[in-house]
Amino acid sequence: MKAYKIFTLQAAIIVLLATSCTKDLDTKPIDPLVTTSATVFDNPASYKQFLAKLYGSLALSGQKGQFGAPEIQASDEGTTCFLREFWAAEEVTTDECINAWGDGGLVEYHGGKWSDNNLYVQLMYERLFINIAYCNEYIRDVNARIGGLTGSLKTDVTEYVAEARFLRAYFYYIAMDMFGNCPFATETDLPGSFVPKQISRADLFKYIESELIDIQQVLPETNEYARANKYADYALLSRLYLNAQVFTGTERYTDCITYCNKIINANKYTLHGSYRELFLADNNNCSDEIILPIAENGINTQSYGDMTFVIHAEVGGSEDATNMFGIASGGWGGNRMTTKFVNRVFPDASGNTDKRAIFYTDGQTLAITNPSVFTQGYLNAKFKNVTSTGALGSNDTFVDTDFPLFRFSEIYLNYAEAVLRGGAGGDAGTALTYINKLRERAYGNTNGNITAAQLTLNFLIDERGRELYWEGFRRTDLVRFGLFTGGDYLWDFKGDVQDGKATDAHLNIFPIPASDLLLNNNLKQNPGY
Amino acid sequence: MKKIYFLRYVFLLLFVLFAGRLLAQSGTISGRITDETNQPLPGATVALKGTTNSAATDLNGYYRLTGVAGGQQVLTASFVGYKTQEQTVDVNGAVTINIQLQPSSTLLNEIAVIGYGVVRKSDATGSVDVVTAKDFNKGAVNAIQDAISGKLPGVVITSNSGAPGNTSTIRIRGTTSINASSDPLIVIDNVPISNVSVGGTANILTTINPNDVENITVLKDASATAIYGSRGSSGVILITTKRGSKKTVINYTATASLSAIPKEVNVYNGDEFRALVNRVYNGQTAITGLLGSANTNWQDQIYHKAFGQDHNLSVSGSTKDMPYRVSLGYNNSDGILKTYNFSRTTLDVGLDPSLLHNSLNIHINVKGLYNTNNFADQTAIANAVNYDPTQPVYNGNTRWRGYTTWTTNGNTDINGAPVTLAPANPVARLNETDNTSTSRRSIGNVQFDYKLPFLPDLRANLNLGYDYAEAFGHNTVRDSTQWIYIPVASGGQRAVYNTVNRNQLAEFYLNYKKNLKSVESVIDVTGGYSWSHFYTEGNSQLSDYKQTAFNSPAPYKTEYYLASFFGRLNYTYKDKYLLTFTIRDDGTSKFSPKNRFGVFPAAAFAWRIKEESFLKNVDALSDLKLRIGYGTTGQQDLNNNNNYPYQARFSQSDASSRYQFGNNFYYTLRPEGYDADIKWESTTTSNAGIDFGFLNNRLSGSIDVYYKKTSNLLNVTNVPVLSNFSATLLRNVGNMENKGAELSLNAVAIATKDINWQIGYSVTYNKNKITKLIDQNNPDYILQNPFSGIAGTTSGLIQADKVGYPINSFYVFQQIYDANGQPIEDGYVDRNHDGQINSADLYLYKKPDPTVLMGINSTFSYKRFDLSFSGRLSLGNYNYNNVASGSTYRGLYSSLGYLANQTKFADDTKFTNALQTNLSDYYIQNASFFRMDNINLGYNFPAWNHNRTRLRVNAGVQNVFVITGYKGLDPEISGGLDNNFFPRARIYQFGVNCSF
Repeated sequence: MKAYKIFTLQAAIIVLLATSCTKDLDTKPIDPLVTTSATVFDNPASYKQFLAKLYGSLALSGQKGQFGAPEIQASDEGTTCFLREFWAAEEVTTDECINAWGDGGLVEYHGGKWSDNNLYVQLMYERLFINIAYCNEYIRDVNARIGGLTGSLKTDVTEYVAEARFLRAYFYYIAMDMFGNCPFATETDLPGSFVPKQISRADLFKYIESELIDIQQVLPETNEYARANKYADYALLSRLYLNAQVFTGTERYTDCITYCNKIINANKYTLHGSYRELFLADNNNCSDEIILPIAENGINTQSYGDMTFVIHAEVGGSEDATNMFGIASGGWGGNRMTTKFVNRVFPDASGNTDKRAIFYTDGQTLAITNPSVFTQGYLNAKFKNVTSTGALGSNDTFVDTDFPLFRFSEIYLNYAEAVLRGGAGGDAGTALTYINKLRERAYGNTNGNITAAQLTLNFLIDERGRELYWEGFRRTDLVRFGLFTGGDYLWDFKGDVQDGKATDAHLNIFPIPASDLLLNNNLKQNPGY
Repeated sequence: MKKIYFLRYVFLLLFVLFAGRLLAQSGTISGRITDETNQPLPGATVALKGTTNSAATDLNGYYRLTGVAGGQQVLTASFVGYKTQEQTVDVNGAVTINIQLQPSSTLLNEIAVIGYGVVRKSDATGSVDVVTAKDFNKGAVNAIQDAISGKLPGVVITSNSGAPGNTSTIRIRGTTSINASSDPLIVIDNVPISNVSVGGTANILTTINPNDVENITVLKDASATAIYGSRGSSGVILITTKRGSKKTVINYTATASLSAIPKEVNVYNGDEFRALVNRVYNGQTAITGLLGSANTNWQDQIYHKAFGQDHNLSVSGSTKDMPYRVSLGYNNSDGILKTYNFSRTTLDVGLDPSLLHNSLNIHINVKGLYNTNNFADQTAIANAVNYDPTQPVYNGNTRWRGYTTWTTNGNTDINGAPVTLAPANPVARLNETDNTSTSRRSIGNVQFDYKLPFLPDLRANLNLGYDYAEAFGHNTVRDSTQWIYIPVASGGQRAVYNTVNRNQLAEFYLNYKKNLKSVESVIDVTGGYSWSHFYTEGNSQLSDYKQTAFNSPAPYKTEYYLASFFGRLNYTYKDKYLLTFTIRDDGTSKFSPKNRFGVFPAAAFAWRIKEESFLKNVDALSDLKLRIGYGTTGQQDLNNNNNYPYQARFSQSDASSRYQFGNNFYYTLRPEGYDADIKWESTTTSNAGIDFGFLNNRLSGSIDVYYKKTSNLLNVTNVPVLSNFSATLLRNVGNMENKGAELSLNAVAIATKDINWQIGYSVTYNKNKITKLIDQNNPDYILQNPFSGIAGTTSGLIQADKVGYPINSFYVFQQIYDANGQPIEDGYVDRNHDGQINSADLYLYKKPDPTVLMGINSTFSYKRFDLSFSGRLSLGNYNYNNVASGSTYRGLYSSLGYLANQTKFADDTKFTNALQTNLSDYYIQNASFFRMDNINLGYNFPAWNHNRTRLRVNAGVQNVFVITGYKGLDPEISGGLDNNFFPRARIYQFGVNCSF
């Protein structure tokens, strides 16, 4: 009996010990940098910090500068950044850029032979939709709490939500442009509990349009630097309507002109005096023309996939990386322009007449026989990490140069093209004036001005190349002009042969990556893949 | 060390306890029975000759005979497999007699530590392997894994580099998980050790001094590992250290070693390189003009013959009722890569006091480690392969500390701006880098084992343990060096880091054993509770050498808890039929309350066929046992301190990933991907085995077959976009299986007075296959291994997983060959027949893990000499030869403005222009090999001073030779990605061991 009692006592002690210790299993993160979603908004500063993530996802790859806490897995974290992927998809696939590195994804991009297994296609897709997922979460979280807020915080947060919706519309716009019929979700779809449905390209167009119109009343007339105001919204709408024919089969040129006029007539933006300064380390001083930039800073905003990529990848050969480009850590010798682009778009590549030809040609051949040899092909020296006064950027590797997502000169070009394509609300004479404004800035005089007869669509696609090259427009523009695929326009190594060859029209849209297609039974692959 | 020879133990214990109480006599004899290595022998029989008075030793080898008549008595101590010893005792009141037994045959008596207990290996019902200290590979003084390499069927140990003190990858019966750990659980003196490595030190096995280890037991099947539940899926390695002895013994071992590189990578020498560049770039003076006139063998510049020494001093003995052992170890080894150094000082204290008439046995272990490493800059290895051999080591510049450095503008100005992406001068890399770490670690526990006085069949055991480790270090590079450009170009660096790991363990169990003689049964029940806490924190920061610019610091802090209940029932019928049931209910803080606890049951049956009457008298057959087991184990050991995967969290960015609004920079807040439903991965194992012995165990061994199925794999896969906050997410998705067979044989080929020859052989076959990868189970889904990046490209991943294929299969283009068998440049098979070669034509081909692995070892002794060797044969393992794929004529010159040496693999392919040659299956090469791991010759001097002073000298070679068809430097690459691996040295050793 005694033994039995002792046994019972011991058993009781064990049970007691055991139950008290299983409580230890209820843990919360102890790292001060990690918060649970239940408490994160107890700190009012969180609203703006989360908003900074939505914008920051344009430039950064994760929560650690350079690399170390990515949201997308890849062997090189820099390749997961929005700008690097967007830039590659819009530029490396076209006549504007050929790359030397031999990275599988980029070779397929320029050769027009990507499959649904292409890593760059996959990373672009993942980046767009993760940025949208962040926006959805933002809108959902903040909408749930906004009723409990008061005063200026409530006013600010209301604006933040509109900006989140603007960014979401922007990312959906790119997704629609690149992937056609996309997976789709909004803030009403709870994370972890649903498999996204596919939305048709036309329906997505309607959604983007309605969102952009809906938030116009909330977006401010002016905003802090690098945050969207109502003119960014108008600019995106003008872009949306300009390409409506491609996206939906229905032209919306009149609407395009409407929104171009809203921006132009507000007299808020103008052409910055110097074209060159728009792409330098102090281009944050160009807010007279740049409507919305991706804000960059060599100390505080470090990644290998933002403007740091664009500038490093363009530098090599005999260029002086330190003094000319402000990147003492050296260029990566990757991107340069095709022979065809230079010959077609810049008959005078010297920069003596059209000063937008900011090229570097010492030691470079114009002809390209081997894509892997960086000294073949003219170099683009438009983007630099030095200021307009020649001072070096704040860091040897990570650049201060902002990337213009929307700038005013595009609006002139959109206006002119929409007019030429038959849109109402504008006229050819005004269009000519606008285009000649661009030309006068480019030439520094009126020598480059064109006549009304010269203002044709053929002229405009080249003018867009001259004005906007390497700014992420080219693929979309060539598709709209019917030049991206097919045999009407051939450039070096289009179709993977040196002289270029016709490619199939299915390449106008990228494939849904196999990595998502096989996971989501709601998705149907784009034709041709 | 505890040993429960439990069947006999229970039987005899009960007998003696009951018998002893009935007979009221006077005088007591007590003491301890130990084996040949001074380890306690539980369950041994101690008897007074000519009487019925006898006792069995307890867990710690102690016995107590009461009621002994006074005067001269003869005490006998016996134990199965040991020679019975007699000793004359003069009984006068309480007498203490300790007896050391010598084995009659070495093979029967291996002790298996099975977790919360021990069994004699012959009583084990599960698949259990044991290696004791005397069978360790001789000369493996750096790390315990080298001591057992090749000894254990089903266990694959691959050192991850040739650096001294470096870590090894250990796989027991194949890879069981994709993203959770496949490393076995390591338990040291009953303390399970966390798998999180401490910054600066390699894995825990490297921090243990092999000289202190007595016994290594490996639990392989679920019936054996299920007692460790959630932590047993990848097998368990239990390490038991040496304990105190009855007599005071001082042992000193010293080993000196000399390491040399067996073979260098075959690159062009200066003259060959000049000729090649002049031929390939004939007439392109901008390129050929970069050539220098020197003939530098860069590999000779970075490797040297390295000296190492290892000393171990131990004192073991016994004060009153407390055996003790104290050992001090010191190892200092240079690497063959210049500046590399590993230094380790260990202290190991073991105390085993017994109180309350031996009913309370206490085991105290304290291990201390002080370890310093200079890791060197191992990029020098690749740079020595690629650096232009026509350049001298020093070229007289003033900007780059004199080291020849590639500068822009075609090297015209030796003091010009650097080509940062060019190979760096390997000599500069080594000389200008100070990459050192210091770590301190202590592991300890105190274990109370209390036999309840009122119910002697019941034993209570409390085990309290801790594991504390701290490490700090720096990786400093002086400024004016070409290869560091962050945060300041050519500014050098100071990278500092520190880590603290603090883990605690508390375990309690009750054990009840009863011999039910009336039904010829023995039951042995164990039930207990285990609690552990794992805490880790650390920080790191980088600045330039002169500390003018700083990167953001990266602090972290995290913890998790485990709480478990476990039980085991052993039932033995007629000493022939053995049944084991095990169950563990594990809780982890990593999963949500509804998924937190996992129940892991197992059952095993063993039949000692030899004990049946029809075999009992068959003399040729000395042992025959059948084992069948089935059980489930779990896995919750997630990588990267992922301790809250089920919780919705936000994480704040560091200062250098802020975003600008207006004139301010804002820290960003990111919602983290999570899976609220995440739970245990579980592995179900079926195992069947036969243990056999012939001719008095002159030939013995075992055969096992197993089938392991892992389901709910903790697997990082893509999730449908928009549905979560990271592109890939850790979830329970997918299944994998491992099928295999193992055979081990031990033979005593010759056993005479002067000559003894033992041979051990093992063979393992394992086949791994993924059977499910995603919820939809679409067989076309391919999951690329994010850790399989190819050097020299940003978009190449060379391994992938797919249903129906082994894990980490290579994912490549199918090469086309010309009529002469020469690979055609950029010529690949259009596998999907769409008329173009693109990423849709990649396919899965071969895998890195061996299909068949054999180990062979032999010890031959003649009089006082002994000669031993051990070797391994690995078949069916393939490598991606990244050294070869990175070698093309195209690579001779970079348009960034430098020349780069290539290996002579470039002559095999003659690839000159194509951009994408490195994904060709041409570079997936068969890396089967035979390696003679070590050969050792020893001589034992005659003992003197009453047999108490002994001296042994030995000489040996490690990594003696390798036979392989593989063309790379070394075929044995963990994970199969061969890219300028730290070469394994050939090590010549001389050692002295003396004890007195």
